[in-house]
Amino acid sequence: MPSLSSLSRRELGAQLAGDGIWLQTGRFVARLQSAVPGVADGLHLLYGDYPLRDSQGFADFHLRLERPKNLRRWFRPQVHMRYDGQADFLPLPYGHAFPMFEWGLNWCVSSRANRYLIIHAAVLERDGHAVVLPAPPGSGKSTLTAALAYHGWRLLSDELTLINPEDGHVLPCPRPISLKNASIGLMRGFLPQAVMSPPVHNTEKGTVAHLKAPADSVLRAHETVPPAWVIFPKWQADAPPTLTPLTRAQTFIQLAENAFNYDLLGARGFDTMAAVIDGAQGYQFTYSRLDDALDVFARLAPPAL
Amino acid sequence: MTLTPLILQAYRQPASLPSLSLADWDLLLRQSVAGYVQAGLLVMLEELDLLQRLPAEVREHLEWARTLSERHHQGVRYEVAMIARALADCGLPLILLKGAAYTMAGLPPARGRLYSDVDIIVPEASLPDVEASLMMHGWAATHHDAYDQRYYRAWMHELPPMVHVLRHTAIDVHHAILPRTASVRPDPDKLRAAAVPIPGSDGLHTLAPTDIVLHSAVHLFYDGEFDHGLRDLVDIHRLLLHFGRQPGFWPALTARAVELELARPLFYALRYAAELLHTPVPDEALQASAAARPGPLLLRLMDALFRRALLPMHPSCGDAWTPAARFCLYLRANWLRMPPLLLARHLFHKAFLSPKEDKQQ
Repeated sequence: MPSLSSLSRRELGAQLAGDGIWLQTGRFVARLQSAVPGVADGLHLLYGDYPLRDSQGFADFHLRLERPKNLRRWFRPQVHMRYDGQADFLPLPYGHAFPMFEWGLNWCVSSRANRYLIIHAAVLERDGHAVVLPAPPGSGKSTLTAALAYHGWRLLSDELTLINPEDGHVLPCPRPISLKNASIGLMRGFLPQAVMSPPVHNTEKGTVAHLKAPADSVLRAHETVPPAWVIFPKWQADAPPTLTPLTRAQTFIQLAENAFNYDLLGARGFDTMAAVIDGAQGYQFTYSRLDDALDVFARLAPPAL
Repeated sequence: MTLTPLILQAYRQPASLPSLSLADWDLLLRQSVAGYVQAGLLVMLEELDLLQRLPAEVREHLEWARTLSERHHQGVRYEVAMIARALADCGLPLILLKGAAYTMAGLPPARGRLYSDVDIIVPEASLPDVEASLMMHGWAATHHDAYDQRYYRAWMHELPPMVHVLRHTAIDVHHAILPRTASVRPDPDKLRAAAVPIPGSDGLHTLAPTDIVLHSAVHLFYDGEFDHGLRDLVDIHRLLLHFGRQPGFWPALTARAVELELARPLFYALRYAAELLHTPVPDEALQASAAARPGPLLLRLMDALFRRALLPMHPSCGDAWTPAARFCLYLRANWLRMPPLLLARHLFHKAFLSPKEDKQQ
């Protein structure tokens, strides 16, 4: 299967503006169409390692980003996103096209792939054990994820932890890491070698930029892993790194609160969540310096079960 | 329309589904989502033991749909139990309509169906008692606007929809199956008198088999919103396949349609189910229902409208006339619902006065 980097920027733009590309991320194939240059630029910069699928085949999701055919094509221009031809999303300013694609693809997975227990959490892997990092926006989850993904951990996802009820494993869906506001500058300093998309200002989440996922994590996206740790991170100014164990009940409740479809899965959701808790140790983690956090994570030992 | 949409082919010849290409499946799955029948497609494939012969990508999508549909079923069962508890002291048989009836009675359309609310029918004289009991158990009225209250209570066949304050689930309490202001008024006493208990349930009832089909038909062909048009036609298809095997069903159905003044919607239901989904309808039933067919010009018009509106709202299933067809059927439904003067007044109020009142609030 060719990767997206086999296309030049010009070829990529032409395909996107025409029939589209069939982009594989983890187990999902998205057919993507857009004549908006910002989308092609972002894909060209961040998605080079991802496989492209046969155009005559099958797509799980059909996404199109386009300029409206009314006044807003020219006056304070906007971009519309259509899922399978339907526009159920608020239009955004034209310059927000690439972040809009990222959010759109997240929406596709989290609202459609209901076979899996879907948790709003980052997830990474080391030595066959996954660490799940659920946290509300502003807790420093993506910053920590970015640091870990470039220091010995394999990125499975920055946003969506998918747990397969059949075996309890995490299904990787590695994508660019979404950084916000101050963490953009912080990561430029911390990971000078990593590729980052140009910041987009004044979005609903403030300024956002996307950090390229490490090639290794993209190539190994089919390798599933059982979760060994569930860690709720919290960045706090000047705090020493503190890892506090949680009881199983605390871990369960807090993890369920971060799930998108716990209720929808009914009894299967409970059983799947219970299996995660049985196999993983829960912690609260407070930190202020990324180097401290990397140290603590490097010393994590899988729970003795 | 030149090509038959894949979603219709799927119901006509389900046995041919395993030979579809992946590209065809891609389109068929999208059509089934737009038509609200994806989980129903899964059920049909399972009933025919075809699921294992499908590509893994396709089975994956159908499993996604299964989760949602199972949750809906669980939710409806729970909701019906809560409604039965709330109405226990009203001394009425609890008669379920539409989706909730299919589910609780285990009828074929229930499997894989999604729900938006639970519908029940009670005697008109019991409405205050039923409404009060539901409110005591946590259901609250919607549509607080005075005009809307009057619209429902004076003219419609149901209370303003009620929503449970904690679960946010909706119930429609009907006292008839068509508005008071419609020119056709199937006698609700006859419908309730013929209701049958659901075996093994504690006091739950459905309408009689013929009346279930007729209500499904009148709901689809007198209503103005066709978002769920295909799903409702598939309901009729599966009901007819199921009840049609019972001896004496077809003559009873066409006779009952005449008795309840519903021969015209039954004609449409049989015509379009047979035409679009190839539902097996005996010739005698088609002939009997044809007595209620409209004149040739009107029929040509209705064909043009329904053949478009009954397809899923998907770009691959429409042509340039589809939006106009849906709009015409919306107007027609209002026309059927009220006499012309009342309708004019209603539309005037909705267009000019309601927005102003909203602004003032």
